Amino acid sequence: MKIIVCVKQVPDTAATMEVENGNISWGDAPLIINPWDEFAVEAALNLAADQGGEVTALCLGKEEETEAIKHALAMGADAAVLVSDPALKGSDTVAASKVLAAAITKIGEVDLVLFGQQSVDTDTGLLPVQVARLLKWPSLTLVSKFKEVTPAEGSLQVIRSMEEGNQVIKSRLPAVVSVTKDYGEPRYPSFMGIRKASKAEYPVWTLTDLGIDPPSSSISWPEVNKPVEKEIVTEIIDGDTPEEKAKTLVEKLIAEKVL
Amino acid sequence: MDFGLSEEHHMVQRMVRDFAVKEVAPTIQEQDRLGEMDPQVLPRMAELGILGITIPLKYGGQGMDYISLGLACEELEAVDTSLRVVISVHNGLTCLTLLQWGTEEQKNKFLVPLAQGEKIGCGAFTEPGAGSDLSHLQTTGKIDGSCYILNGEKMWISLATAADYAVVTVRTNPKASKAYQGLSTFLVDLHSPGISRGDLHGKLGVRAGSTGWIAFQDVRVPAENMIGKEGEGFKVTMSAFDSGRYTVAAGATGLIGAALDASKTYADQRKAFGEKISDLQLIKAKIARMSLDYQAARLLYLKAGWMKNKGLRNTRETSAAKWYATEASFQAASEAVQIHGAYGYSDEYPVERYLRNAKGAMIYEGSNEIQSLIQADYALERRQDKKLRKESPPYDHESWT
Ligand SMILES: Cc1cc2nc3c(=O)[nH]c(=O)nc-3n(C[C@H](O)[C@H](O)[C@H](O)COP(=O)(O)OP(=O)(O)OC[C@H]3O[C@@H](n4cnc5c(N)ncnc54)[C@H](O)[C@@H]3O)c2cc1C
Ligand SMILES: Cc1cc2nc3c(=O)[nH]c(=O)nc-3n(C[C@H](O)[C@H](O)[C@H](O)COP(=O)(O)OP(=O)(O)OC[C@H]3O[C@@H](n4cnc5c(N)ncnc54)[C@H](O)[C@@H]3O)c2cc1C
Repeated sequence: MKIIVCVKQVPDTAATMEVENGNISWGDAPLIINPWDEFAVEAALNLAADQGGEVTALCLGKEEETEAIKHALAMGADAAVLVSDPALKGSDTVAASKVLAAAITKIGEVDLVLFGQQSVDTDTGLLPVQVARLLKWPSLTLVSKFKEVTPAEGSLQVIRSMEEGNQVIKSRLPAVVSVTKDYGEPRYPSFMGIRKASKAEYPVWTLTDLGIDPPSSSISWPEVNKPVEKEIVTEIIDGDTPEEKAKTLVEKLIAEKVL
Repeated sequence: MDFGLSEEHHMVQRMVRDFAVKEVAPTIQEQDRLGEMDPQVLPRMAELGILGITIPLKYGGQGMDYISLGLACEELEAVDTSLRVVISVHNGLTCLTLLQWGTEEQKNKFLVPLAQGEKIGCGAFTEPGAGSDLSHLQTTGKIDGSCYILNGEKMWISLATAADYAVVTVRTNPKASKAYQGLSTFLVDLHSPGISRGDLHGKLGVRAGSTGWIAFQDVRVPAENMIGKEGEGFKVTMSAFDSGRYTVAAGATGLIGAALDASKTYADQRKAFGEKISDLQLIKAKIARMSLDYQAARLLYLKAGWMKNKGLRNTRETSAAKWYATEASFQAASEAVQIHGAYGYSDEYPVERYLRNAKGAMIYEGSNEIQSLIQADYALERRQDKKLRKESPPYDHESWT
């Protein structure tokens, strides 16, 4: 089974984000693999172990930003491909999906493409669907479990987990799946994996390699703002009895339109 | 000269940090209050390969270098000292001692399961009546056919009740002209008849770790379990400390880092006299000191690690790193408590635990008074390293992986 897992590089979730003049920066905080993608890598590795086959990590990013790919390799991915081209700076999800779809097509004979459910920086969750659409493959989002995967019959059954409940879905392969954190904790990289990853070589494809023109973005971010900081007022409610205090509290909450 | 860490080192750091932060940090306050080790800790560290990180693949280890070992200690102790203590005694005192002094048979028989984490090791040197002055230890080992018979008691032994094997130094020749020449070291199976052991309670720190005693009553140890030769026990023990102290130094550096992080976060949010306390110069001075000490301690241990990688004798550098880092970590933890005001005095915040934990490292693996004597003797040229019959092996990527 040939599985591709798409991984993205994001600023460390522990980093402090600064917004200034419409630009976002995170100081010298390190970049990490998008934490959601780790669940997708975990799923890919388990599927490959069960079914036999190989896992390729696919990343769209700057050439020097290798954290996500290296992390996926250290977790156990067999191979990696980085797509990097200066023309892709500031791409929106439509543009990114075109590039990823082209890369997936170029890799060829893929049975399954996995994504994390969203990325922690831009938070759209759109890419899996857009890539599926371009490839004309079924798109199965928010998957928490793979019930049955039978590449020989070209079919799979998954469980989608949503707030309202779980949904069992049967689909044909190849397909694009986004994995939620309910899938189960991702493994840590092993020391062996770390050594392998640090030595691993992988191709870096440009748009020319993919044979496509720079895709245009439909949206841009002319401005980014921090939410206005709320003024927080602390008030200690006085009263002789708990009942009295509760009464005052309820009155205040009603006055503030909280209740 | 290259001060950079490799990509591999960064990944090791991240992986060990993720483990400690995700799996230990959430329950550490509770374990510390209980005064018990979380039973999941050793199996998880074994599973992740941390218990064999700096041992060649062919001996069951992970084949990472000595810098990786230091970085792992730093990350572990940033969460809790008890995690790093595991590395100090299992990886440091036990595995690395076997790697340096063990015979091929001993390595295959004992080091492999230890490095794989199937067995746990500890180092048992201290006795009720002898700590710093190890040459006068009193546990005896008397030859009897193909065995030595051990009698005596070891005290203050980390992982005493958790370990399967102990590296034990005893007196095999009471008539040796110099006390230290009468010592020999053994790898002892702690499940042997005649061994009793237990945990000590009421410790100031490392409460989430195990520290105990091991008593030997007519314990028969096969002569082939002797590490090094008869009479080499003191040298073997000092080599064990060259390994153990390195992990203590690196760990204490992590503790300084943790004290600094906690202090930064708190000082940036706490207000007094209308401003953030991090804007007050007296608080800044404390933060500055921690930051400086973190950098200095890190340079010292990384240099020792670099020397270990090269196979250079590093007793002086490792002792300096241990001395500096553990003193500084106690200072940093104390100042972190101070910065937290009354909150720092409560275990709702981690800094009081840092302070209690930091004290131990000034005592064990050679008290800091002993380290200062070592440094003085080197500086005064009263001490010179003599070549050992078996030196600590350098890190060799080819043969280790
Ligand atoms: C938490 C913890 C874990 C430990 N784990 C282990 C372990 O795993 N294995 C093990 O073998 N031991 C272990 N120890 C024991 C530790 O190594 C000893 O406590 C240490 O070596 C000091 O020995 P001592 O306690 O007998 O103190 P002593 O040797 O009696 O020293 C008392 C004081 O006198 C000072 N002193 C001694 N000699 C001199 C000198 N010549 N000049 C100046 N000052 C001197 C010491 O520095 C100290 O301040 C552990 C201890 C603790 C607290
Ligand atoms: C065991 C214990 C018993 C106590 N008992 C009592 C009691 O009986 N009654 C009572 O009223 N209180 C009591 N306290 C509280 C104690 O008095 C306060 O903790 C103390 O005044 C410090 O205040 P804080 O904890 O709010 O720290 P903060 O005032 O927030 O100070 C935090 C840190 O900032 C430093 N700092 C603050 N301002 C400045 C400045 N201008 N320049 C430089 N540094 C500054 C402080 O020195 C400290 O290091 C007790 C505390 C403890 C731990």
